[in-house]
This record gives sequence, C-alpha cells and structure tokens, in this order.
Amino acid sequence: MKPRTLYDKIRENHIVNEDAESVLLYIDRHLVHEVTSPQAFEGIRMAGRKIRRPDLTFATMDHNVSTRSRDWGAAGELSRIQMETLSKNCKDAGIRIFDLNNPDQGIVHIIGPEMGLTLPGLTIVCGDSHTSTHGAFGALAFGIGTSEVEHVLATQTLVHQKSKNMLISIEGDTGPGVTPKDIILYIIGVIGTNGGQGSVIEYSGEAIRKLSMEGRMTICNMSIEAGARAGLIAPDETTFEYLKGKDFAPRGADFDKAVAYWKTLPSDEGAHYDRVVKIKGSDITPMVTWGTNPGQVASVAAAVPDPDSMSDNVERETARHALKYMGLKAGQKMTDITVDNVFIGSCTNGRIEDLRIAAKLAKGKKVKSGVKAIVVPGSGRVRRQAEEEGLHKVFLDAGFEWRLAGCSMCLGMNDDVLAPEARCASTSNRNFEGRQGRGARTHLVSPQMAVAAAVEGKFVDVRNWN
Amino acid sequence: MQAFTKLSGVAAPLDRSNVDTDQIIPKQFLKKIERSGFGIHLFHDWRFSDADGKVPIADFLLNRAPYNKASILLARENFGCGSSREHAPWALEDFGIRSIIAPSFADIFYNNCFKNGMLPVILPTGQVDELFEYEAKNPGQSFEIDLPAQLIRRPDGKTYSFEVDAFRKECLLNGWDDIGLSLRHADKISSFEKSYFEKFGYVKV
Repeated sequence: MKPRTLYDKIRENHIVNEDAESVLLYIDRHLVHEVTSPQAFEGIRMAGRKIRRPDLTFATMDHNVSTRSRDWGAAGELSRIQMETLSKNCKDAGIRIFDLNNPDQGIVHIIGPEMGLTLPGLTIVCGDSHTSTHGAFGALAFGIGTSEVEHVLATQTLVHQKSKNMLISIEGDTGPGVTPKDIILYIIGVIGTNGGQGSVIEYSGEAIRKLSMEGRMTICNMSIEAGARAGLIAPDETTFEYLKGKDFAPRGADFDKAVAYWKTLPSDEGAHYDRVVKIKGSDITPMVTWGTNPGQVASVAAAVPDPDSMSDNVERETARHALKYMGLKAGQKMTDITVDNVFIGSCTNGRIEDLRIAAKLAKGKKVKSGVKAIVVPGSGRVRRQAEEEGLHKVFLDAGFEWRLAGCSMCLGMNDDVLAPEARCASTSNRNFEGRQGRGARTHLVSPQMAVAAAVEGKFVDVRNWN
Repeated sequence: MQAFTKLSGVAAPLDRSNVDTDQIIPKQFLKKIERSGFGIHLFHDWRFSDADGKVPIADFLLNRAPYNKASILLARENFGCGSSREHAPWALEDFGIRSIIAPSFADIFYNNCFKNGMLPVILPTGQVDELFEYEAKNPGQSFEIDLPAQLIRRPDGKTYSFEVDAFRKECLLNGWDDIGLSLRHADKISSFEKSYFEKFGYVKV
C-alpha cells in the first residue's frame, strides 16, 4: 500500500461517497456556538429538515458571554437573544449544551478536548476558524461557515475538497523562554499568513514531540493564522495519557482497542508531502507581533522593521499601513513599546498550563500602575483547577483581574472591548485592525511575555527577566 | 440559492492584501440571528467614522461613486483571511458585490462564497495587477464575468480565463442547494454509519 500521511488516513476513513463531482466526508463531532449557528438552525426549520445526529453535536456559549458575571444579559440584549436562541435550538433538537448555567461552560476549543470529545482519528468541525486546535490530538478538525454548519446538521457530512499535505518540522530543541506560542508565531513569520493555504499542516520534530497537549493545542490553534485548513500532530503516548479517564473518552477495553487503532494513525515512512518546511528550534526566540496580521511578527530582541526595506510592493504598503495603525515607528526597539492593557486567555492560551506558567512568573510581582491586566480562564474547569492550585490568589495579589470563562478580549464581542489607541499585550490569536476594539492595538505574545509586559508596562525579553 | 451565470458591473479596486473578515464585517454586527441586512455594516470601520454607521468616510472606496454601486471587487492576496464568519460574504452580497477577483483567498471565505451564489475568481498576480492598472486608467467602466465560459472581459474586450472547480461551477450555474444534493446520498450515509460505528463504537457518545 502507498505510504499515507495522517491527513490521508483520517480523510480516507471518513469517505461516505466519492464521485467525479465531489467527496462527502463523515463528521464525528460537530461543535456549535451561539454566533455562527442561529441561521443554520433556521435554515433547517425553513426547509423542513431534520437534524441527523444530535448525539454527535455539542454546544456551548463563549463568544458573547460576559466574563464578569453569569448573567445572560450582561454583555447586552443582542447577546442574550443569541444565547437564548442557541439554548432553545439545542433543547428542541436534543443537543447537549454547556450553557452559562453549566459549571463546565467554556470556550468551545477548550471544553471539547478537556471533556475527551476530541479524540485521535476523528473528524471535527465547528463554525469557528480556530477549530484547527483539535488537530493537536491527531484529529482532522477545521472551521466551517454557517451554510456548512447547516449542511452538517442535516447530513452529518461535508463536501470536502482534498487539501495538500504540508509538513513543518522543528528540528532540535528550542531555547529557554521559548513557548509553543513563540513557535507558532515564528512559523507564521516564516511561511506567511497564506503560507498554508489549501493545505493541512502537520507539525513534527523533536520540539513538537516534547510538548504537552496544551502546548500542542496552542500550535494547532493558530494554523488558521498561517492560512491552513487544519493543523495536525500525530498522536502518541502524551495524547493517550491525556485522554485516559476523560468524560467522553473510551474506557477500559474500549480505550485499549482505541489506542491500538490510534497508534496506526501517524504518517507512514515515505509518505508524500506537497511541501516540507524545516525550522531550527534554536532559531526561535520570544516573539511579538508589530503589525495587523500575525505574520507581521519579530523577535522581542529585534526592532520594528522598516517597510522601505521590503522588496515586495504589496508587502511594503501593507506594512506601512500597519505601522500607521499601530502607532509604531520603523527601527523602534520592541522592548521600547509600552502597553496599557494585558489579556491572558483565549482558545490559544487559556488552558491550565498557560495559567500555571503565567502564575509562576507573576508570583510576588505587581502589575504596573496604569496597566489593566486580566486573566480569563478558558473554561469553568480550568478556572476551578486554577483556584484549587491557588493560582487565582497569585494573580489577584499581583493586581490582575480574575475572570469567568469565555472568549473575552480575544475578539471584543462582549463587554471586554479596548478603547481606541489602547495598546494590549495579548495571548490571543489575531492582531487584526479593530479586533479588540475599534482603533485598539494588539500585540500577540506568549503568556510569559504578557505577564512580564504587565509588570514592566512594556515588552521585555523574558529570557533576561525574572 | 441565487444562480450565478454572467455578471456585468463596476469593479471596485480595494488595493490591500490580507483583508480579513474582521474588516469585512466587525464582530459587533455578528449578533443578529437573521441572515440578511449585513450590507450596511460592510467594511464598517473603514466606511464610517462613528459607531452607528451614520457618518460615512467620504474618501473610502465604497462610499464614492461609481464604486458605491460596484458588483465586483478587485482585491489582493489572501482576501477574507481570519474568522470563518459567513457574515462576511453575506455582507458583501447584501451590499451588491457578487464576485471578487484576487490572486488568492483564504480557504473558508472562498468556500463560503460559493454557498451564497457568489463567485470568487483566482487570477495570477500579474493579471490582477493588470486589472488594477486598467481600472485606475479607466475608472468606473463595466467588467463582465462569464461563468459558463470561465472568462473575465475587460471593457476594452481583453479577456482573462480562470479556473473553477467543476462541481462548484455546476452548483452556481443552477443555483443548487448542496444540502439537497448531499441528501440524495442519504442511504450511503446510513450504510456508512452502520459499518463505521460497528468498527468504531466508541465514537458514539
């Protein structure tokens, strides 16, 4: 048999129908949230169709929720209506929902994995681009639009265009102070925001193998920021260990049987990749974005680049525009950029490990006066775990706000919105214009870099800071 | 779904790369539970200086005649990157734009367009440059996009051919709802489920 990649194997295992026209792929998990689903449920009703597999569909509310209170209306009337609509749609269809009253509510890409809904070899979709997160388990997971949400509700399948296979290998170890967030920001800096277009990126190499599941999720989460359809990491003992005993993961003999299958998933020796990118782990440093897309990124030890030095016309114009929006000057040192807001959280960096690392660094320190810093756990479970470990006390003592679970300031769709020209060190995934509030300026960083920025009121190189 | 065959109209030249879906429609407008009415919020932060969208920014492309009536958007690389929000094509379509020409598109956005009777056209960078240059010299003229022939016709008659997936083309030409098409395979879905869950029972929860 021809050697196959992990992507090839999962894809082929889910083909319901293949003809000259298209491939129909079976979907194992459909995750649903309040923002991109109402029109899909409405479409199903209008067409008089049935929801095929409510048992494989799971819902939560995250984008619109306030992280200050569990009051459904706390982020505004329209948010409340959207959440109540989801609630009613799920109740009518018999879909499990982790709503605001549920202690396990949280960001969709955090709760799926922590409950064991995300398993190796599955196909997972959600009306959210960061669905790529689940690829950390060796599951084929990607974001879809609302029309496709409706398609999955009605058929439990998707029309799938075959993606290209791309391999990114991180060779050797990364240096001190370098986190999974820095690895993925560095990768995007190298391949660009459309470097993964039309592809599924598989991440491999020593530095990836050594990562915890949380770290792997951070990497796969931002695959979409490199333009990829999905990100994948081959399942291994770290994966199996993480899944053992999780609510929806198989148990006992079923688990052993599943593991035996999961071990067949990693790409075969000699499998074909359309593109291979090799990156030296030792080249990666703590990173900070300086522009308005995640590819506009540099080492914290570097300076803001000069658009005039860029050879490509479009790239140069885009960089000029970005510097103007960001209020930065070419040649300015990254460590001279001051911040007035810090956000630690999101589906990229809102997991327990992120909070542990952040707390370790924040212990005994104080958030600089004039800086507003918030820590937003990604789920109810992450929050409870952090509180059991006393992490919340560390944050509160240091002057951080300690919030409830939700997407919060990652996208400013709730009551956490930045003022124009506010400058934020953010552990989230997008630094687009207006993402955190109109005119607001976002710098993407790791949780460590965010803590250091909160304490110093400016970016510092965490490698020389403690 | 509205069918797409031929489209003639003004092409608005949006000369920026990496135009993300947060720009196409900012998040504060995603709170509706309906599918329509997003056009007034298209490119809100670039189009209006106030939060309510009452004060247009006069020199923004889509606020200026004849581009305020554009049905085609000329764009740069990686158009539609970022969030999966289908509100982005909904807003473009509701504004009147039914086709976007660019050297590359973000995958999810590209896919979402086809579900809404819209045609995203990929042309080589050099040809997109040519169209931008032509438009700058001959502003506001009408371009034609001919899906059956897979051709773009410039007002002076010069044509550019483009590729499009045969299945997607068929769906657009006929205005087919692809859920209906997939449901023709309902028996196959059922038989797949039977054998799949026999082998992978743990996937069911």
